[in-house]
Amino acid sequence: MDIYRAIADRTRRAILDELVDRSGQSLFEICGRLIMKHGIGSSRQAISQHLDVLEAAGLIRTRREGRSKLHWFVGAPLKEIGERWPVSTDEDTSHSTDEDIEK
Amino acid sequence: MRINHTSVPVDDQQKALRFYTETLGFRVKHNIPLGEHAWITVVSEEAPEGTELVLEPAEHPAIGPFRKALVEDGIPYTAFTVDDAAAEHERLVAKGVRFVQPPTDLGTVITAVFDDTCGNLIQIMEEKAQP
Repeated sequence: MDIYRAIADRTRRAILDELVDRSGQSLFEICGRLIMKHGIGSSRQAISQHLDVLEAAGLIRTRREGRSKLHWFVGAPLKEIGERWPVSTDEDTSHSTDEDIEK
Repeated sequence: MRINHTSVPVDDQQKALRFYTETLGFRVKHNIPLGEHAWITVVSEEAPEGTELVLEPAEHPAIGPFRKALVEDGIPYTAFTVDDAAAEHERLVAKGVRFVQPPTDLGTVITAVFDDTCGNLIQIMEEKAQP
């Protein structure tokens, strides 16, 4: 699974946003944040499949704490993007968000 | 028809009684020995005539795999309402309670999830005042 396909999906980007907000979340917490903060009401099974894609791309890792399975964001694979297409210092570096892209 | 009781399955009723009273702060309403087990219910100090929570023996073989799957995904068995989720979190952490999810602002509610040490995750929920 390459990182480009992994981050090509709005729901998967929202999952990464939420895991950056707080690392170490359960499937329940991720689903709660997606519905309440992003209006993404996908089933737990669907979100679980998105998490599998992100894990296969190396963008999240999972660990058990007690008897619960928690998810962490891993940013390292995204370094490839900046190395492959470096940002030069003299260009416009204003950022766009998912909302801007989808308008 | 009224909802006077609700229940949580617990691994050990006496351990659960201690956790739900000494740690969470509920009050015992009934504790009636019934052979191997007991009919134990607790109520909130804020609503002693309100809904009773039955601490039910988690005896049926199906409960084990069912609760294991819930806990693995971080899904609470039930939820209690609190006035101030952050204050409850602080109070319970000081008593050694382990939270799977610290207080999280979800817009209209603030929720947190803890381990009841009897086989369940429990959610606390603060409804935010609407502007």
